[in-house]
Amino acid sequence: MAETHAPAPERLAWTLRTYVRLAWTWCRALAQYPASLLLLTGMVVLASAAEMGAVAIVFGHAGTLVGFTVFEGLLVYALAATAFGCADLLMGSVERLGQHIRTGSFDAMLVRPVSPLVQLATDGFSPRRLGKVVPALAVLAVSLTVCDIDWTVSRALMLPVLLASSIALCCAVWLAASCTQFVATDAREAANSLTYGGQALTEYPLALYGRGIVRAVTFAVPLAFVSWQPALYLLDRPDPTGLPAALRWAAPAVAVLSCVLAAAAWRSGLRRYRSTGS
Amino acid sequence: MRVYPAVFALGLRRYSAYRAATFAGLLTNCVFGVINALVLLALFAVRPQINGYDSGDAVTQVFVAQSLIAAVAVMGPPLDLDERVRSGAVATDLLRPVSLTAWWLFDDLGRAAFQLLFRSVPTFGVGALLFDLRLPDCALRWTAVLASFALAVVVSFGLRYLYALSGFWLLDTRGVWAVAGLLGPVAAGMLLPLPLFPAAIGEVLRLLPWASMVQVPADVLLGKDTLPGGGVPGGLAVQAAWAVVLLALGAWTATRATRRVVVQGG
Amino acid sequence: MSPEHAPVVEAVGLGRDFTVREGRFPRRRRRTVSAVRDVDLTVHPGEIVGYLGPNGAGKSSTMKMLTGILTPTSGRVRVTGLDPSRERTRLASRIGVVFGQRTSLWWDLPLWDSLALTRHLYRVPADDHARRLAELTGVLELGPFLSTPVRQLSLGQRMRGDLAAALLHGPRLLVLDEPTIGLDVVSKSTIREFLLRLNAREGTTILLTTHDLGDVERLCERVVVVDRGGIAYDGGLDGLRASVPAPRVLVVDLAAPAPPIEVPGGHCTRVEGPRQWLELSANPARVISEVAGAHEVVDLTLREPGIESVVAALYRAGSPSAV
Repeated sequence: MAETHAPAPERLAWTLRTYVRLAWTWCRALAQYPASLLLLTGMVVLASAAEMGAVAIVFGHAGTLVGFTVFEGLLVYALAATAFGCADLLMGSVERLGQHIRTGSFDAMLVRPVSPLVQLATDGFSPRRLGKVVPALAVLAVSLTVCDIDWTVSRALMLPVLLASSIALCCAVWLAASCTQFVATDAREAANSLTYGGQALTEYPLALYGRGIVRAVTFAVPLAFVSWQPALYLLDRPDPTGLPAALRWAAPAVAVLSCVLAAAAWRSGLRRYRSTGS
Repeated sequence: MRVYPAVFALGLRRYSAYRAATFAGLLTNCVFGVINALVLLALFAVRPQINGYDSGDAVTQVFVAQSLIAAVAVMGPPLDLDERVRSGAVATDLLRPVSLTAWWLFDDLGRAAFQLLFRSVPTFGVGALLFDLRLPDCALRWTAVLASFALAVVVSFGLRYLYALSGFWLLDTRGVWAVAGLLGPVAAGMLLPLPLFPAAIGEVLRLLPWASMVQVPADVLLGKDTLPGGGVPGGLAVQAAWAVVLLALGAWTATRATRRVVVQGG
Repeated sequence: MSPEHAPVVEAVGLGRDFTVREGRFPRRRRRTVSAVRDVDLTVHPGEIVGYLGPNGAGKSSTMKMLTGILTPTSGRVRVTGLDPSRERTRLASRIGVVFGQRTSLWWDLPLWDSLALTRHLYRVPADDHARRLAELTGVLELGPFLSTPVRQLSLGQRMRGDLAAALLHGPRLLVLDEPTIGLDVVSKSTIREFLLRLNAREGTTILLTTHDLGDVERLCERVVVVDRGGIAYDGGLDGLRASVPAPRVLVVDLAAPAPPIEVPGGHCTRVEGPRQWLELSANPARVISEVAGAHEVVDLTLREPGIESVVAALYRAGSPSAV
């Protein structure tokens, strides 16, 4: 057993390796029942198709909605679905925190020399969640090609940065929302109103919700940076709700800040748990 | 028979223990209601009429759907029966001198009654506060709405009871639920109101039992003439027909199932 | 003191208060309850210590504080020289923890996968792991179910798997919370023998909470009895017997069944056909002659108090007594 006080980069690398190792073990265990895994993955793909279909139907009836055509609407949908799908894949299991606390398995995580967050996030890691990510990426690719985007070098370089920011932001939302279960262990659904609700909200161009909501999800819970601001940047369009165009460059900073806040929420939740023992 | 009211009360009380969960669910219903309503309002601002629906109809339908989610449990939870079939504990249920179908029906009605009171009513209330909902204007129509909601709950039980009974053959109903939990909300009109679907698909979906859990009750509340048979009585008749058919099918399947009693692990 | 001889557990004035809310909303009041009060506990390397107490006496709170899951509100505690609540992660690789009522194995994974994961989580070098795994597989007879998912294991098999997982990294201290709860007689004895052997061969210190006094009699030279958050007794098993005046029992076999016998100094507690159990509060010789005078006696045995009745008497006595 190595009790190292290793420097931070080394500790981070080890944490990531542990994450991959745990996730891989779960994948192998699930692969023992390939039929069930395929069925469940198929269902997730169909569910994504249904959601996408709903967006297509709405835009199909409307023609254009707040200035967005069908494919521009699908671009917004695809950015949101990719970000939330990846966050669900990487961090989705965190929402079962309350259940782990109730059954005592969270205590078992605390007596292992690995961050309980890594153990929680990988618990029940399932490749079926790729069934959300892959269709979303496909729609993203199609809408990026079909939409009238002025592909400058900076835009091409910003795309992966924006995607990474969106994913990080969604992970932060997921974690922060799940931390409420440190206080109320059976309130998983309250977190869902932020996670799944956040996804439902960001699947459409935000302008259609009105200025009040756009400002709230820009400055209070920064969901606007998941799909709306990136879409405005990619389509090079002025913000129809009148917010400054400079905001669209803030996505990476917002993502980092959200992750810091979510980490703080996790730490304080953990401290609270360890001082109440629930 | 005094046993069924007791089973009903048991189901009702079991759910009243989860106060935080009920509140959390209520919050989720309201959030989704507001999001869906705003999307549809934006759509109807561009296209004021779609297949007989206007913006007021659509927003009301959205809040009926969010109000009924918990009561009709389209996306779950399954009946506790599923777990009892899986674990073999159902054997003790079969020893009781009461009908399996009636026992679980009343247990589920108790659960639904709790959800109607503490999820449906507040969700719809929040919807009515925030948006201009279309509400019935006379006592008779409100009675029809109550009847329609009650029938929606029975239809929901009928479907979930069949899902649970499939466990006697499949041994595990999680696969059935994976499919039902996906197709149910679409066919019920929970993802989008059925009038927004292409007309042919919408017409077919309306006649399936899932529509009797959301779309038909919503149209009864709105007093739509697009209901089967051209109005509220036709809508109620379709719901009642599905309730009878599903319950009968469930009771018949239950006798078949208990005769083969593959009790797992027992 | 050299590290080998330094105490494995050292707690001084350890305490844990909880705030509980009482009553319904407008009249809700907060009250502070001490789950653990002023616990002094020192465990030396190689000891096996039984930590006993009725439900709610603060056993699990203490175990949680020793393993770093729960932060104490007062006192000072060191486990293998570390502060559990501040250095939880470092401590985790020095101790092994098994909760009897819930597994720390991964429910849906085969046992083998759980054990392989444990190696990575605890960073055990591959050859050390292979050696220890082979050893534990042999002693705990894990072979037949290594590839079975944990959820399909019997309770006894699961407990053996849990023990293996907790020991793969060679911990200095093994903390067991109810290790034999719900097990059959054979599994219980397998686990007890294994723990004794582990302690003898590797010198692993063992701290266990239990309700099973069979565990205590077989395993522990030293017992700590807690009651209402504080320590009621700390010492040898024999001392425990002497410290509490538990009654001796006279078992009488009569020639024919009779109504419960009541004589001066003898009180009937149980009747089974012609056999009766008398709790003695006076000199046995006198009681025997009284009984023999009134009934035809076939056989007699005098029983010393079992550890069960001693502990029960200690809990009944309530207040912290003989230390």
